[in-house]
Amino acid sequence: MAARGEITMEQTAADTLKVVLSGHWKLGGELPGADKVLQMLERGPGVRHVVFDTRELTHWDTGLLTFLLNVQAFCTQQQIRLNRDGLPPGARRLLELASAVPEKKDARHTEGRVSFLTYLGNQTVDFFRSAGEMLEFLGDTVIAALQLIRGKAQYRRSDLGLIIQAVGVQALPIVSLICFLVGLILAFIGAIQLKLFGAQIYVADLVGIAMVRLMAAIMTGIVMAGRTGGAFAAQLGTMQVNQEIDALRTSGISPMEFLVLPRMLALALMMPLLCLYANVMGILGGMVVGVWMLDIGFIQYYNETVAAVGLWNLGIGLFSGLVFGVIVALAGCMRGMQCGRSASAVGDAATSAVVTAIVGIIVSTAVITILCNFLGI
Amino acid sequence: MTEKEAHITIRDLTMAYGDFILMRDLTFTINQGDIFIVMGGSGCGKSTLMTILIGLKAPAKGKVFYGEVDFWGADQETRDRIIRRAGVMYQSGALWSSMTLAENIALPLETYTNLSPGQIREVVKLKLALVGMAGFEEFYPSEISGGMQKRAGIARAMALDPEILFFDEPSAGLDPVSARRLDDLILELRESLGTTMVVVTHELASIFAIGNNSVFLDVSIRTMTATGNPNQLLAETRDPNLLQFLTRGEKR
Repeated sequence: MAARGEITMEQTAADTLKVVLSGHWKLGGELPGADKVLQMLERGPGVRHVVFDTRELTHWDTGLLTFLLNVQAFCTQQQIRLNRDGLPPGARRLLELASAVPEKKDARHTEGRVSFLTYLGNQTVDFFRSAGEMLEFLGDTVIAALQLIRGKAQYRRSDLGLIIQAVGVQALPIVSLICFLVGLILAFIGAIQLKLFGAQIYVADLVGIAMVRLMAAIMTGIVMAGRTGGAFAAQLGTMQVNQEIDALRTSGISPMEFLVLPRMLALALMMPLLCLYANVMGILGGMVVGVWMLDIGFIQYYNETVAAVGLWNLGIGLFSGLVFGVIVALAGCMRGMQCGRSASAVGDAATSAVVTAIVGIIVSTAVITILCNFLGI
Repeated sequence: MTEKEAHITIRDLTMAYGDFILMRDLTFTINQGDIFIVMGGSGCGKSTLMTILIGLKAPAKGKVFYGEVDFWGADQETRDRIIRRAGVMYQSGALWSSMTLAENIALPLETYTNLSPGQIREVVKLKLALVGMAGFEEFYPSEISGGMQKRAGIARAMALDPEILFFDEPSAGLDPVSARRLDDLILELRESLGTTMVVVTHELASIFAIGNNSVFLDVSIRTMTATGNPNQLLAETRDPNLLQFLTRGEKR
């Protein structure tokens, strides 16, 4: 197909340039750019009028229009009169439509490079602002919790039930798998060292104390951060995008009480229970290694574990679980509520919720460990 | 282009969600170069009809022909090829929120044409100018108003100079002047490029201003009751439901 557009130009009068367009002006074919005309106009001595001749033009589409738009923009800038009469009627009208609303100039984004100091400053300001927002959210949550204690919080019991189901029962399989394997891994690593001293039996102590006091809570917390924290953030974020949260506010219902509180409550209730369950799974994992690989008797392993793991250990583990639950719920709900109004913002919120929760879990573990050390527990 | 060539033919179409039948026995023809209005009250299945026509949802029964090709009888590849020549404007714009408007419009061009980046920039500029949004290239969809998102959605639908354009509620949520300009744009594109337009709407002003063919889906009896030029329908119909619809409930 001879899909070619051609341009010829002639100066019909001293101040008039006639642009003859011919052939096939379709996008994707071979089209001469507008540069040729623009150069001619620039060099041409005092051209004040541009007219078109399109009698030889057979086909046209967007390709012709972009060309014309370029020429027109140049002419407007140089105050050259552009006579559209010679154009095909359709192209003329589309061109008029395209120039009916003037280009918005001031709306363009500034795309200047930011200097390092400015960047650093912005980041610092952002950091403090987000720290402030975090505190504000925490405050709102406390207020909502107080409302709950006074029995005045507005939320639906059925919602709470559903969330408890989602964060509790439905999390059991993944928590089982992870904690069983962690117990198994701990036992393996311990066994290699302890075998050197012929002290295999202490694998039970190692696995028991590590799981009950710390690992079960941390692993469950991290699983829940990924599973539930991200889900909370995505859910509330999408509600933010759909203006559902605005609708709650204007209906006089506090989103903190209606959305955040049940989630927090559900995780705070379920996390210690999940931890307890994770303890059992972890110890079971260790036992598998102990009984099958190290030839420790089942009863013997059980007795050793019972002797090693004190009530304090369990208490600390469950308390950590409770704290982690609150952290995961807080992080998820906060990022969801702060979410922007686009699909990518929802993604950012979910990511940020998981990261915040995991950082929170690790930091609070450190704090709890140091505190316990001071208290001599 | 001859005026009366069939572009899309719908025959005995039944739309359903599971057991729930939304509309049955739809038979009508959209001609080449028509501005075809799909009208009907809320919840009558206008938008569902569109999802069937653009290949997103299979009909429960019946056939859709693009030209001679049985659209839903063909394989996915054929359907993709047909739909590539169509542009769709979704109800709320459906712009990709992680891309700027320029990138939104450029994506189909980059995917399906071998234009240079410079040419693509020019096309993007033109399409935005056509919907009255020149200069908004670098904006993200979340930074502009709902009406603007809609218009940008139209610019994206037009990117590839499609043979057929689908509009889902194009002028809902636009100010009267923008809505009017949109009508002008639809008319102009049909005039100058011969594009077939399928417009799902219940904006009466638009229906009478631009439509030269239409189908009325009656929600109460779950089928179509009329097809033809809306102005003519208004003058000739005896159907109380249609009359009520076309006169904002004033006549019945």
